[in-house]
Amino acid sequence: MTGLADAAVWASALTKRFASTLAVDHVDFRVEPGELFGFIGPDGAGKSTLFRLLVTLYTPDEGEARVLGLDPVKDLWRLRRKIGYMPGRFSLYPDLSVAENLSFYASVFGTTVERQMATIEPIYRQLAPFAGRRASALSGGMKQKLALCCALVHDPEILFLDEPTTGVDAVSRREFWDLLARLREGGLTIVVSTPYMDEASRCDRVALIQHGRILRIDTPDAVCAAYPLPLLGVRGVDRLGMLDAMRMHPHAESVWPFGASLHFTDRRAGADPRQLASELREWLAARNIEVEVTPIDPTIEDAFMLLMSQQERAEVAAP
Amino acid sequence: MSAFAGFVAKEVRHILRDWQTLLILIGMPVSQVLLFGYAVRSDVRGIRVAFVEPAPDAATASIRARFTADGETFAVQGTVTHVDQLESRFRDGSVRQAVIFPPMFAQRLGAGERVPVQVVTDGSDPNSGGIMEADALAILRRWEAERLVGQVADVPQALRPARIDIATRMRFNPTLESVNLFVPGLVAYVLVIVSALMTAITIVREKEMGTMEMLLVSPLRPAQVVIGKLAPYVVLGFLDVILVLAVSQVVFHVPLRGSPLLLLIESLLYILTALSMGILISTSANTERVATLAALAGLMLPTLLLSGFIFPIAALPAPLRIISNVVPARWFVVIARGIMLKGAGFAELWRETLILASITAVFLIAGIRRLAVRLG
Repeated sequence: MTGLADAAVWASALTKRFASTLAVDHVDFRVEPGELFGFIGPDGAGKSTLFRLLVTLYTPDEGEARVLGLDPVKDLWRLRRKIGYMPGRFSLYPDLSVAENLSFYASVFGTTVERQMATIEPIYRQLAPFAGRRASALSGGMKQKLALCCALVHDPEILFLDEPTTGVDAVSRREFWDLLARLREGGLTIVVSTPYMDEASRCDRVALIQHGRILRIDTPDAVCAAYPLPLLGVRGVDRLGMLDAMRMHPHAESVWPFGASLHFTDRRAGADPRQLASELREWLAARNIEVEVTPIDPTIEDAFMLLMSQQERAEVAAP
Repeated sequence: MSAFAGFVAKEVRHILRDWQTLLILIGMPVSQVLLFGYAVRSDVRGIRVAFVEPAPDAATASIRARFTADGETFAVQGTVTHVDQLESRFRDGSVRQAVIFPPMFAQRLGAGERVPVQVVTDGSDPNSGGIMEADALAILRRWEAERLVGQVADVPQALRPARIDIATRMRFNPTLESVNLFVPGLVAYVLVIVSALMTAITIVREKEMGTMEMLLVSPLRPAQVVIGKLAPYVVLGFLDVILVLAVSQVVFHVPLRGSPLLLLIESLLYILTALSMGILISTSANTERVATLAALAGLMLPTLLLSGFIFPIAALPAPLRIISNVVPARWFVVIARGIMLKGAGFAELWRETLILASITAVFLIAGIRRLAVRLG
C-alpha cells in the first residue's frame, strides 16, 4: 500500500443516510490506479448510493472521499470533467439515434466522436451497424454498450459503472466484461458494481457489500481461499428433502441450493473434507436419502453467503 | 461544438422528432384563432325580433323598416297585435326580442306626447341579452333623434324638442368586434401552452428518464441546461405569435394600429415570462404528470380567467382582482390591446412592460437557483 495521494479513489468512514436508514455506513476502501474494482452485493446493499457519492451526485453525511485526488463535494466541477459515469438506470435519449446520443455526450464535454475514436473504437465497432437506429429500438445488451460508449466518449480518467449488466442476457454480459477487460488493459481505472457474483472473478479486487457496509475487500481468489470452513457439494434427486434434512445436521453451518447441487458448510474447521463427505453421505443414507457428496472449492458466492449470514447473526446479537 | 451548442442541437432534435406534438403546437394557435373568431364571438348576429303593434301606422312601419334594413344584426320575425301571442315563441327561442308599441303611436307622437315603447329581450343568456338590448335601443334612439330634426319622412315633427340625446360610442372598437378583443388574450393563452407547458415537461422528462443524472455529472452548468431548453421554444413561441397575428389580420381584419415591431418585442418578453414559469414548475415537479397538471391549473386557468381575456378585470371580485396582478397574461393583454387597438406606443406601455420584465426576472432567477447541482 502506498499513500492516499496515489489512490485513484479512497473513502474514509463515508456515510449517507436517507431518513432513518443508513444507505452507506462508514465505508472505508481504496482503489488503485489502473485497477478493475468491483462492488458486489445484492439489490439494496447501497451500491448505487455509494457510486453517487463518488460521482458528485450526493454529498456524504459523514466521512470523506477523494476521486483522482479531488473532493467530490468541493471540487465537483473539476471532477465532472474527468470521470465517466454510467448510472444504474438506462439513461440515454430513446428518441435519438445511436449516433446522436453519442455525439451529444461528446459535445457536452467539448469533444467529438471522431476525435475520441481511439478510446471508443472497440465498442463503437459493435455499435456502428446500428448508428442510425433509435436508442429505444436497441436490445438490452446493445443499450448497455451504447451507454458505456457514451460514458467513455470524453476519454475519462476513471470509469464508474453502476450495475452495467443488470437485466442483460448471459452472452451480452460476457461480451460486456470482455470490453471492460480491454479498457483495463489500456490503463483505465474502472469501478464497477454488480449483483451477479459470478462476475466478481473478472475483477482485480472486489468489495463485498451488504446493508451499506463493506464485509470484505480482496482479490477474488483470496476471498475464496479465505473460506474458513470445509465445503461439500451434495447431489441427489430429492433436493427439497435433502435441504430440510441437512439443515438438521448437528454440524451444519449453512446449506444453500447452488445450481443443480446443494452446498453444505461444515462447522468443524480444519477437519478432512473427504472424511466429512463420507460421514455426511452415511448420515443422509441413514435417513433414506441417497446422495453423492464431494469436497469442493468455495466460489465467491459461497464466501459471500457465509459472510452475509455471519453479519446478520452479528447484527441480531448486537443491533 | 461547444457543450451549450451541442445541448441546444439535442433539444431541437427532440422537438423535431416528436412531430405529432410539433404539429399540435403549430396547428393549435391557428385553430384557436379561427375558433374564437367564428364560434365563440360574443357579438350577436341575426337577432330574431318581433313587433307588437295593436294598430300599425306610419311611425311603427318606419321603425320596423329600420330593423329590417339592418339585416346583419336583426332577423325580423313578423308583427302581432298582442304581446301574449309571443309568449310561446319566446319560450321555444324562435323569438328573442320584442318591440312593443302602444296604440295610436304616430298620432300621440304628433301631439308632442311622451310615448312609451317597450323592448323585451330574452335574458336567459345575460351576455347576449345585454348586447341584443343595446342593439335595439341604438336603432330606436337613432330613429327618435332623426325624427326630432325632421329627417324621418311622413312623421309629424315635434313642436319644440328639448330633450337630451345620449350618444354613446365605443372607441377603438366601434363595432364591438369581439375578435379584436380576443386576439391579444389568445396570444397570451397560446404562449402559456407552447412555452410554459412544454418547458415544464421537457425538464421533468429528463428527470423521469434518468438522463438528468447524466446531465448532472457532465460539465454543463444549470444555467446552460435551462437556457438550452428555452432557446428552441422561444423560436417556436415566436413562430406562433406571428401565425396568430397573421391569421387574425388576414381572416378577421383585426387592426394593428401601433408598431408591429413593438408588439413583437413585447411578445418576445412575454414568451420569456411563460418559459420562466415553466422552468419554475419543472424544477419543483418530479413527474411529467405533476408538471402538466401544475401548468394547466396554475398557469392556463389564470391566463384564461384572470387576464381580462374573457372576463373583464373590473368585473372580478376584489380578491381575484388582487391576484390578477401577478398573472403575467393580465399585463400582456393590456400591452397587446394597447398596441393593436389603440395604437399605443412604449411611452404609454412602459409601466406594464416593466412589471412583465420584473416578473420574468424573478421567475427565471428562482428557476435557475432551484435547478439542483446534485441529486436528492
